[in-house]
Amino acid sequence: MTELLVGTRKGLFVLEGEPGAQFQIRTRAFVGEPVDYAMRDARSGRLFAAVSSPFWGPRIWFTDGDPGGDWQPARGVALPKGGDDALKRVWVIAAGEAGGLMYAGGDPGVLFASWDNGETWELNQALWEHPTRPRWRRDSGGLSVHSIVPWPGDPQRLALAISAAGVWLTDDGGATWSHGNAGIVADYLPEETRAGAIDLCVHHLERAPQRPERLFLQFHGGVYRSDDAGRSWIDIAAGLPYDFGFPVVLDPADPDSAFVIPVTTEDRVTDGSVVVWETRDAGATWIPRDRGLPPSNAWLSVLRQSFTTTGAGPGLELYFGATSGEIFGSGDAGASWFGVASRLPAIASLRAS
Amino acid sequence: MAIVRLRGQLEKLAGSSQLTVEGDTVTELLQALEGEHASLEGWILDERGVLRRHINVFVNGEPAEPESAVQEQDKIEILPAISGG
Repeated sequence: MTELLVGTRKGLFVLEGEPGAQFQIRTRAFVGEPVDYAMRDARSGRLFAAVSSPFWGPRIWFTDGDPGGDWQPARGVALPKGGDDALKRVWVIAAGEAGGLMYAGGDPGVLFASWDNGETWELNQALWEHPTRPRWRRDSGGLSVHSIVPWPGDPQRLALAISAAGVWLTDDGGATWSHGNAGIVADYLPEETRAGAIDLCVHHLERAPQRPERLFLQFHGGVYRSDDAGRSWIDIAAGLPYDFGFPVVLDPADPDSAFVIPVTTEDRVTDGSVVVWETRDAGATWIPRDRGLPPSNAWLSVLRQSFTTTGAGPGLELYFGATSGEIFGSGDAGASWFGVASRLPAIASLRAS
Repeated sequence: MAIVRLRGQLEKLAGSSQLTVEGDTVTELLQALEGEHASLEGWILDERGVLRRHINVFVNGEPAEPESAVQEQDKIEILPAISGG
């Protein structure tokens, strides 16, 4: 049985089912409130939800029980008191590589860490006080730490992506941070300012767990791969119909794999047909995977957190959700697709387990 | 001291529907409320100390501003704003 946690503009939906057929809605939570992200920590089984209440502000909630029951608010997910800014949104929650270690990223370009399975959190001061921060750029989605990719087995090493402040790397558990932006070209900037630009609009970042020095990212125009732990990047978008998109996911069993959903640069939706593109040679070639997906009259917007996987290898399951409230899935590593759910509220995030 | 009435999420967090709090203005009273009840910290005022945008405060049934004066025995209500869509 696969569980899908669906964060929507109107609450959390918990779906269950088997690949190949529509999933059932098991329960709902935070009814009517924007749930920006939800995930289950595979180590503890604990569920987390990032909720941006229009009244009470952004918060992380957790539960060890029935997701339709009581949730507890986590403590410490806030900026320093008395400053000039307030936390606007939590974009992502990720399990770390040490017992009880969790991370959360949010707007305005902030990282939080927890050492007690997500009950209390602390702001990462080194990133908050980084001297380049005045040069970071807020994009239409805010100034967001949206991708957090630990290094398997090493809690000292971590990569982040910030929109729009590029890729950030730490080798000392977040005490210091360096840029990993070499090779990324921002064609939305004047040509003479592109070299050394910090305001790079990375849409999503993923690490290949079998080969941790390899990462893939979907950029605001471009798909990139790094083979040196994120220090430098090469564009691998050749062969895709569009180099624009938001999410990217990998097959954990294959460090040469990546899946993207290209959208048109002009309106940032699919071009009428919905096609997932797959590479199995680290971006040298791309294969369209559209069997079972809408072939026409489908202009979907799939946001950066709304593409997810569970499993690995030939049995890899892939799921993506759209702001139209539809979810599509594959139980055979993208070879064929089926409708998982429809008529949900606009989908902001999707996580499978 | 003023009497603060809490409903919904705030009542659940505070474990009480009514608290007495001191403060000469709405902002001072809210600061004292969050300071004395740690479970409420950050729910009404954001990190800057600013009243959250979609929270309304009423003093004796009348809409109040952050700088509005608060007197002894005033009745304070903290409510989510009208919302929809």
